[in-house]
Amino acid sequence: MMIPALANPERFMAFSRWAAPLFGAIAVVLLAAGLVLDFRAPPDYQQGYAVHIMFIHVPAAWMSLFIYACLGGASLLSLVFRHALAQAAARAAAPLGAAVTLLALITGSLWGKPTWGAWWVWGDPRLTSVLVLFLFYLAYLALDASIEDDARAAPATSILALVGLINLPIVHFSVTWWRSLHQGSSVFRAGGPAMPATYLAPLLVMGLAYMAGFGALWLVRIRGEVWRRRALARAVRRAG
Amino acid sequence: MIKGIAIRSLALARGDRVLIEGLDLDVASGEAVVLSGPNGAGKTSLLRAVAGLIRPLSGRIAIEGDLGEIPLEDAIAREAHLIGHQDALKTARRAWDEVLFQVRWTGGTADSAKAACARMGLNALLDLPVRKLSAGQRRRLALIRLSASPRGLWLLDEPLAPLDRVQRARFGELMIEHLARGGLILAAAHDPLPVKSRTIEIAA
Amino acid sequence: MSGFAVILRRELALSWAGGGGPLLALGFFVAITSLMPLALGADAARLAEAAPGLAWLVLALASLISLERLFERDYEDGALDLIALGPAPLELAAFAKALAQWVTTQAPLALAAPVILAALGAPWRLAPVTIAAGLVGGLGFAFLGGVGAALALGSRRGGVLIALIVLPLFTPPVIFGAGAIEAFAAGLDWRTPLLLLSAYGLAAAALCPFAMAAAARNALS
Repeated sequence: MMIPALANPERFMAFSRWAAPLFGAIAVVLLAAGLVLDFRAPPDYQQGYAVHIMFIHVPAAWMSLFIYACLGGASLLSLVFRHALAQAAARAAAPLGAAVTLLALITGSLWGKPTWGAWWVWGDPRLTSVLVLFLFYLAYLALDASIEDDARAAPATSILALVGLINLPIVHFSVTWWRSLHQGSSVFRAGGPAMPATYLAPLLVMGLAYMAGFGALWLVRIRGEVWRRRALARAVRRAG
Repeated sequence: MIKGIAIRSLALARGDRVLIEGLDLDVASGEAVVLSGPNGAGKTSLLRAVAGLIRPLSGRIAIEGDLGEIPLEDAIAREAHLIGHQDALKTARRAWDEVLFQVRWTGGTADSAKAACARMGLNALLDLPVRKLSAGQRRRLALIRLSASPRGLWLLDEPLAPLDRVQRARFGELMIEHLARGGLILAAAHDPLPVKSRTIEIAA
Repeated sequence: MSGFAVILRRELALSWAGGGGPLLALGFFVAITSLMPLALGADAARLAEAAPGLAWLVLALASLISLERLFERDYEDGALDLIALGPAPLELAAFAKALAQWVTTQAPLALAAPVILAALGAPWRLAPVTIAAGLVGGLGFAFLGGVGAALALGSRRGGVLIALIVLPLFTPPVIFGAGAIEAFAAGLDWRTPLLLLSAYGLAAAALCPFAMAAAARNALS
């Protein structure tokens, strides 16, 4: 049985009250720093100015995986300890993960056009894996939306998140294997171009900016979920 | 062998609504307890909680065996019948096939199923597809496993609703025998059971 | 009769449904493959080249057909309560359900697949590897599908929701199965993908019942 109305999430609420704006501020600063470093980086001899899209795309791809891992972790805690805060965290992370995955896909496509000459290349294992990851997020969101009872939605979505998490490396492996079978085009190197130091710095900074931004948004969304459930419980108590 | 059920300070919720709070209830061997109360009060939820399908919000449900307490899941899996509102009969299948599955699944045999069907006067129906049977006939089929698979605890949700007086009396005999053997009955019912019982009110 | 045997017999009878079970999936299989040449153009060479991949994909999709009923029927009429409180753990019952699904849906599809391939112009020599892939990959489809069916219990979106949950999970078996058949056709290493497919199918059969049972228990609570 779900501990209803998020039994005493007071410590979390107190923590997130100052942590969320702090993370947000850090994110903004890091984003600004990252963009400055980005524009100072010289254009790649192969890709030209298109390489700048990489600074948005690569961290987004990292985050899509990182957020799914967070989703899986929160789901595991929700399943094992049946604590509603863990479930709120999982549910709050999912749309953020889906959004950043979509960002990764779109920017990946925008990057691919000047780099590989095509808007999309099925042969790239990472792009295809990220696409499947996006579908995992969609499935999670659809399942969550289709179960009205919060207490029942929690274990179901948690199970799905864990099944997805276990399958994700297998999917990546299978897509990589498939690409090795279809040796086809050597237009692109798996893994993209090598990473000189001038690119590494802005990439890392952007990555941290995304993380801080996710931290802020995630905390805010979990707070929203807590409030929503409190309001619901209050309304039910008043009616009953 | 279940000797008793001890429920202490039980609280149950459905969704965000708390249905039952602070419930204490004992059922002893040879006793029948009826849960009465308005619809939606939590009678069905209480039965399902004793069956281990619903986790209580708080409190405990203890099943007493010969040598002390038995873990709930083991006790229910081996020694309890849960018969809900529905009959759990597949409409497209033959009545006998469905009854046989239900009996075998709860520990009975084909022979005990045949004997029970004969006793409850259902032999004529067995070859028909379930979809051709009336509500009363289906209910009687669903109740066969009580007789064909002996288990100590009967958790019954409105067991006799679609039955007529004659069939209720027949079923009452079954219940009396069951209690005489040391069995327990916990039932949710709007009408009184055809057997001596204690009534507990589950308020909304 | 052991608990597992009792439930397996019942599940086989229910999913066979007097022949209607496999017939449904086979009918779907045939119908879609009949539309394929119409959609792709009658160029025989192109069809024959695409045939293994397309047939494998349709086989995966056909697995979705009877999934919705796998748990839903028992959930609706109270039989799932009975099954949850029986002699065998719910995991075993879930295993029986998915296994019965495999026997009555996946296996007929696997046997019919070479016929479909031949109809699309692929050579008959692909038959053994196609059947093998269909049988062992079918385990993956049936058991993963069972997880989707159990998770979607109680929601009204049913079939579409199950498809959305299950199709992305089908990615590895789709890749390995099509890869095995195409590799065989091209004279390349087909054993590796077939082994990978088998490993995936067996792992799914071993692990998915736990997810199915957990999801079913959740729906009953």
